Amino acid sequence: MKKKRLFESAVQGIFLLLGLITVGCVLIISVYLIVSGIPAIKEIGLFDFLFGREWQSTSSNPKFGILPFILTSVYGTAGAIVIGVPIGFFTAVYLSKLAGKRIRAAIETAVNLLAGIPSVVYGLVGMLVLVPGIRSLFNIPDGASLLAAIIVLAVMILPSIIKVSVTALDSVPKEYEDASLALGATPVETYFKISVPAAKSGIAASVVLGVGRAIGEAMAVMMVAGNVANMPSIFQSVRFLTTAVASEMAYSSPGSLQRNALFSIALVLFLFIMLINAALNFFLKREKGK
Amino acid sequence: MSYIVTTEKLNLWYGETHALKDINISIPKNSITALIGPSGCGKSTFLRTLNRMNDLIQNVSTQGKIIYNGQDIFDKNVDVNELRRNVGMVFQKPNPFPMSIYDNIAYGPRTHGITNRARLDELVEESLRGAAIWDEVKDRLKKNALGLSGGQQQRICIARALAVKPEVLLMDEPTSALDPISTSRIEELILNLKEKYTIIIVTHNMQQAVRISDNTAFFLLGELIEFGETEKVFSYPKDKRTEDYITGRFG
Repeated sequence: MKKKRLFESAVQGIFLLLGLITVGCVLIISVYLIVSGIPAIKEIGLFDFLFGREWQSTSSNPKFGILPFILTSVYGTAGAIVIGVPIGFFTAVYLSKLAGKRIRAAIETAVNLLAGIPSVVYGLVGMLVLVPGIRSLFNIPDGASLLAAIIVLAVMILPSIIKVSVTALDSVPKEYEDASLALGATPVETYFKISVPAAKSGIAASVVLGVGRAIGEAMAVMMVAGNVANMPSIFQSVRFLTTAVASEMAYSSPGSLQRNALFSIALVLFLFIMLINAALNFFLKREKGK
Repeated sequence: MSYIVTTEKLNLWYGETHALKDINISIPKNSITALIGPSGCGKSTFLRTLNRMNDLIQNVSTQGKIIYNGQDIFDKNVDVNELRRNVGMVFQKPNPFPMSIYDNIAYGPRTHGITNRARLDELVEESLRGAAIWDEVKDRLKKNALGLSGGQQQRICIARALAVKPEVLLMDEPTSALDPISTSRIEELILNLKEKYTIIIVTHNMQQAVRISDNTAFFLLGELIEFGETEKVFSYPKDKRTEDYITGRFG
């Protein structure tokens, strides 16, 4: 008997320890980012850092303004949402409410595959197909642009939007829909007036998840956006918060202001993601609370 | 006596299962008809056939006719949404939409194109009064309907059904999820509704059938065994099986 109890508490202890590994990682990363991100902000000045319009980290008179990166990330994500959400949302409604079993299975398989494609492959296809396409379509010197990044991101966020929205729509009680149909509403009226509003928290969560995915993506956008620290403009080469960190990290020297500024960028990105996660938790809780 | 719904040799299958067998019944207008029978006898299926809610279930096939207002509801020309508007339904479990009381009631009229605010206000009040719940909710029309008690929710559902001005109300065990006090309030309400509407109600509760219905139909294994005035069916059942069921020998 005693042996059994000992075993139980040992197992519980081990599981707790394993759980704490995750918590530990988050804590270590957060603390590390804050500690290494703050010095450069202090040195540059918070305002000049966040709202400086120029980033010239390697010139003899270096400038560390990350407004171009922040705006690029915000515009890029917003663009991806504007394109991706309608497609994802209507796909989700179709899959959850209208599609036959076979079509649904086929499309869901495709969506899952899309979710599983590594981002470097998105970048590669974008680089080889999208970028030249944009160049010749709009007749601009270089197709690597904010537009290319927006399109790639829009495709990348589709799976999260579709899957989370479908789950939310599937869990709308059938009684609501029956009641609506019994009042003489057509199926489509019922889906948009009853099912979608009833699933709105889940759908909102899917959008937030998409935002998180888009804002945190580095590899694919690095490959298609041209990676020049311009203020964002749709046909220009741009650099995102993520790619700003990734592209200079390799050649910045340790301890230099340049490297420290990269940590500060990472910190800003981290805060963005935290904000998005808070929003996500809010929506998911509301969905559960129903 | 004039009949509002008449079925002729109505048959229904769920896949291979023959759920309704040659049902011939004529439902009188402005009356309450109770459908009784043991679980799985087909009474709910029959009810859901009358507004074609069974269309929504896969693998359902029907044969025969349901004549409503002189027309077969399975006819290709029949607009099923229009049919359901005229033949309303109240479900077993109260199922108000997760929105305000006002929006719940206004949902049907809005769906059918009424947007005038004053007209909607009028319809909402009229329907809530009709369902005997106006006094309880008039001060909180903007509150979520899910915050009401089960009995109140069911009356909201009845009001919601009334708001589209149906002729027939189908009720699928509307009190089975409610406490005795709520149940008696709903029964009272149903009795009052008979003046304006024709009510067909599925019930498991024999006393309820006796208390409120004018006519009773007894279903067993997909067949309509007996149909007649409630008093007669319960006092002098013609069929041995009806007698066995209402005296509680099975079911």
